[in-house]
Amino acid sequence: MLLIRCPYCEAERPELEFTYAGEAHIARPAEPSKLTDEQWRDYLFIRSNPRGIHFERWRHQHGCARFFNAVRDTVTDKFVMTYKAGLPRPSLSELENARS
Amino acid sequence: MTSYRISGRGRIDRSKPVSFTFNGASYSGFQGDTLASALLANGVHLVGRSFKYHRPRGILSAGSEEPNALVGTHRGAGRFEPNTRATVLEIFDGLAASSQNHWPSLKWDIGAVNDALYMLFSAGFYYKTFMWPKSFWNKVYEPFIRSAAGLGVSPSAPDPDTYASRFAHFDVLVVGAGPAGLAAALEAGRSGAKVILCDEQAELGGSLLSETDASIDGRPGWEWLEAATNELAALGNVTVLLRTTAIGYYHQNLLGLCQRLTDHLANPPEGAPRERMWKVRARQVVLAQGAIEKPLVFAGNDRPGVMLAGAARSYLNRYGVKVGHRPVVVTSHDSAWLAAFDLAQAGAKVGAIVDTRPEIGRHLKERAAALGIEVLAGWTVTGTSGRLRVSSVRTNPVSRSGVVGRARVIACDALLMSGGWTPSLHLFSHTKGKLDWNEERQMFLPGEQTEACRCAGAGNGNFGLAAALEEGAKAGAAAAADAGFKTEARSYAVEGEIALAGVSHRELPTDRNTSRAKAFVDFQNDVTAKDIRLAVREGFKSIEHIKRYTTTGMATDQGKTSNINGLAIASDAVGKAAPSVGLTTFRPPYTPTSFGAFTGYNRGALFDVTRKTPIDAWAEENGAVFEPVSLWRRAWYFPRNGEDMRAAVARECNAVRESLGMFDASTLGKIEIVGPDAAEFLNRMYTNPWSKLAPGRCRYGVLLGEDGFIRDDGVIGRLTSDRFHVTTTTGGAARVLAMMEDYLQTEWPDLKVWLTSTTEQWAVIALNGPNARKLLEPLIEGIDLSEEAFPHMSVAEGRICGVPTRLFRMSFTGERGYEVNVPARYGRAVWEKIYEAGQQYGITPYGTETMHVLRAEKGYIIVGQDTDGTLTPDDAGLGWAIGKNKPDFVGKRSLSRPDMLKGNRKQLVGLLTADPNTVLEEGAQIVLDPNQSVPMRMVGHVTSSYWSATLGRSIALAVIEGGRARQGETVHIPMPGRMHAANIVGTVFYDPENKCLSALG
Ligand SMILES: [Zn+2]
Repeated sequence: MLLIRCPYCEAERPELEFTYAGEAHIARPAEPSKLTDEQWRDYLFIRSNPRGIHFERWRHQHGCARFFNAVRDTVTDKFVMTYKAGLPRPSLSELENARS
Repeated sequence: MTSYRISGRGRIDRSKPVSFTFNGASYSGFQGDTLASALLANGVHLVGRSFKYHRPRGILSAGSEEPNALVGTHRGAGRFEPNTRATVLEIFDGLAASSQNHWPSLKWDIGAVNDALYMLFSAGFYYKTFMWPKSFWNKVYEPFIRSAAGLGVSPSAPDPDTYASRFAHFDVLVVGAGPAGLAAALEAGRSGAKVILCDEQAELGGSLLSETDASIDGRPGWEWLEAATNELAALGNVTVLLRTTAIGYYHQNLLGLCQRLTDHLANPPEGAPRERMWKVRARQVVLAQGAIEKPLVFAGNDRPGVMLAGAARSYLNRYGVKVGHRPVVVTSHDSAWLAAFDLAQAGAKVGAIVDTRPEIGRHLKERAAALGIEVLAGWTVTGTSGRLRVSSVRTNPVSRSGVVGRARVIACDALLMSGGWTPSLHLFSHTKGKLDWNEERQMFLPGEQTEACRCAGAGNGNFGLAAALEEGAKAGAAAAADAGFKTEARSYAVEGEIALAGVSHRELPTDRNTSRAKAFVDFQNDVTAKDIRLAVREGFKSIEHIKRYTTTGMATDQGKTSNINGLAIASDAVGKAAPSVGLTTFRPPYTPTSFGAFTGYNRGALFDVTRKTPIDAWAEENGAVFEPVSLWRRAWYFPRNGEDMRAAVARECNAVRESLGMFDASTLGKIEIVGPDAAEFLNRMYTNPWSKLAPGRCRYGVLLGEDGFIRDDGVIGRLTSDRFHVTTTTGGAARVLAMMEDYLQTEWPDLKVWLTSTTEQWAVIALNGPNARKLLEPLIEGIDLSEEAFPHMSVAEGRICGVPTRLFRMSFTGERGYEVNVPARYGRAVWEKIYEAGQQYGITPYGTETMHVLRAEKGYIIVGQDTDGTLTPDDAGLGWAIGKNKPDFVGKRSLSRPDMLKGNRKQLVGLLTADPNTVLEEGAQIVLDPNQSVPMRMVGHVTSSYWSATLGRSIALAVIEGGRARQGETVHIPMPGRMHAANIVGTVFYDPENKCLSALG
């Protein structure tokens, strides 16, 4: 069971309190009706599924109930860092700092 | 005392004799004995039959790695446990144990015919057998395998014991209380860190419990052990858990520790939990798991009486048991010589020490000579004999060039073997820590780590007491320091220990035909060296494949004694170095663990939450039959005077249609949506338009996923311009709220909207039937119930029976309907008042079944029953609920994807069976041509099906490809026994003009 740091509660809590909510930084298109079928398909279904660094959404369901973003390594399963929803994707150097 | 029990040796309590039975025969031992040591003290070596060949098997080891000596234990009614290792089972007065895998008796087992059919059962047997004619498998092999070759028998009665669980946090967790673990725990404990030390055995000490030669800091080893035990007990910051196995090592230093609390007691305290699962999160972990001795691989190495040499030494020094009067030792490692020396000193006549190495250290040879033990250096073992216990060993000289010379047979009653030692890396491996192969030492050692842990002692490849103490102390001190505590590792002076060395082997050389040799690698799964070589010849090159094909290492012991031997043989056969063939993955749990320990408190009433409404108790008192609906228990129907379900439901349905019914709808999900942007938020979430809905009015809403499929539905009432009362399906409440929160928090954080779950704040009493208004009128204050002021799909706030209410005018039955929402605490009181007031109308409480029938008669869908996550609003006949002028809502874009517009999509329709008395099975498949060949083409399925008392016939809803265009056509529904014909009709069976919604009684 992982320990996850909620960026709103500013505390590490056991995975039991959290739910996973899919890949992060996939914004809902502002005007879906203007999208082609292919573009809409990509928004709906196409995900990066990387081996290694993955940006994903979690929810502190049984805590503050906020959605937030996280960087996790899919090889080791470990969290590199978490950050508030709406913040930009962390840069490579931020990730390096978080890892060390 | 038997002739095998040696006076003056061992740690058993001779003042406390213990009697127990094994296969019905009575034996005695002492407190401190395991079942294995007590049986050996009684001269019993034969304890079981093997899994596949049913070969007689004895006790191989003295620890939790035991592959052979598995027994069933009986502790009274419901307390039977199979596959318990006799080597870790502490005896107590009244213990009844029995052997496994034999019929009719242990000594004469009919399954041993498998042993003669050896060639049939070789590597890949299971896979090859499947390729035989099917009839042969069904009739011959499967019944035979199932009855004869099971590993133990599963208990069939419910487990009467209780199990506990606990979360705990520590600075330092030390796994294993041998010398290394003790030293680590002492250092960390002295530093002031919060320390937990666990060991699977009944006392601290590990290998020290079997060691009688060495001294530590000038004191005999056991004296030092006692002092260390006392010191740990006196340290308030140290928790010591005995009989506690670290079963798994998970992320971020979370370890599962299974503590056995009562299995060793003759009379466990009433109500005491049998086991406790600790989930320990530690800042730092020290793994001091020790090492496991390797068997040698030679023909007949599985005969009862053939045992690991270290185990024989443990039985002697720890339990005071001589495993044989005339043992012979066969070894490639110095450590086995110590067993021979100790046994000789205890009075055994050691027949010989057969060592595969031509060169032996002088100190060993001199000591053997002094004890009168013959040494055969550079010899091999090529066979054993003795039907139920070893009676002789066949041994041959091996020349420098590898030629096996003439055999010599030596009589013996025990054969003690050692192929060296394997560091226990199981827990380290659970962390995905890297294992490095050491070619020279032929062993894997811990490499790069992924967790905050350290390995120490034999588990880290540092064998011997002095090395274990030193490395343990350093690891404990470093762990404490990393956890923020100051300490300095102390050093220990060890005397009387001799350095031990050895070599590793694959199968021992032999002068016999190797294709017929039964030289076992995996004792528990009956895998021989020949099986592994055969698997490689048949094309398997990776150890993961070889493992699955031969099943080596796949038994309950996870190959603790066999993996390295298997790998050595496989890598030789493949012709590659061991690391490129690979080591199989170790997985939790380290040793077999009871289901009870994992279950803990989560059983019976605590298995899952049962949610109950404020009116639930009334329903129970009034004879309701309940059904589970998501986490809720709901009244299903209210039988009267011995009615069956059909009669009760028919009566309830008629009451609603003719006069008045009352229904507890409190489980309905409720979300209060408040804020200046509430209507806009609903516009974006639901398919329907909300801006123009006037306060005091309601609308049926449909919620989609972005994929365009129906997720939920419910009636939504607008109380004021900025406040909506949203209802959801009973099962969907939490999901819908989570989905709304997701959009609100992450997509539209600019909207000024607040969401609150109010499901449990409101009790909801649905009143349906032509007399509903007449009933309510005298009870309601502050709401004009007239048709003009409060038409169908209205909502208003007022009072009922003196308490506040949100009153809805809506219907899920097709009759005039009201839903009375009152604060939950008034739910039962208002329910009872209404019930009393309704007697003049024959008011009838009804349950979920009647609700289902009535809504199906009206063609009202239930999301999740009539829809399955692949239906669009149009598919479900809800196209009218889509706001055509809305630019966007969740899922809208998907509704115009090409696949959503195809004409042959499955659509919701009604079905009327040709035989009106046939009630179709829900879930039954639908075909167009009943005479087509099997497999038939299925065009849909029945989603809802009931007996309709109102219509006097059965009705059903179904989804059928292009169904709406097929109205009037006949389809066919194959069900067990016969094919049923049905006519496709519309979904509304009752009152299509909706007259009843406003009818008055
Ligand atoms: Zn939080």
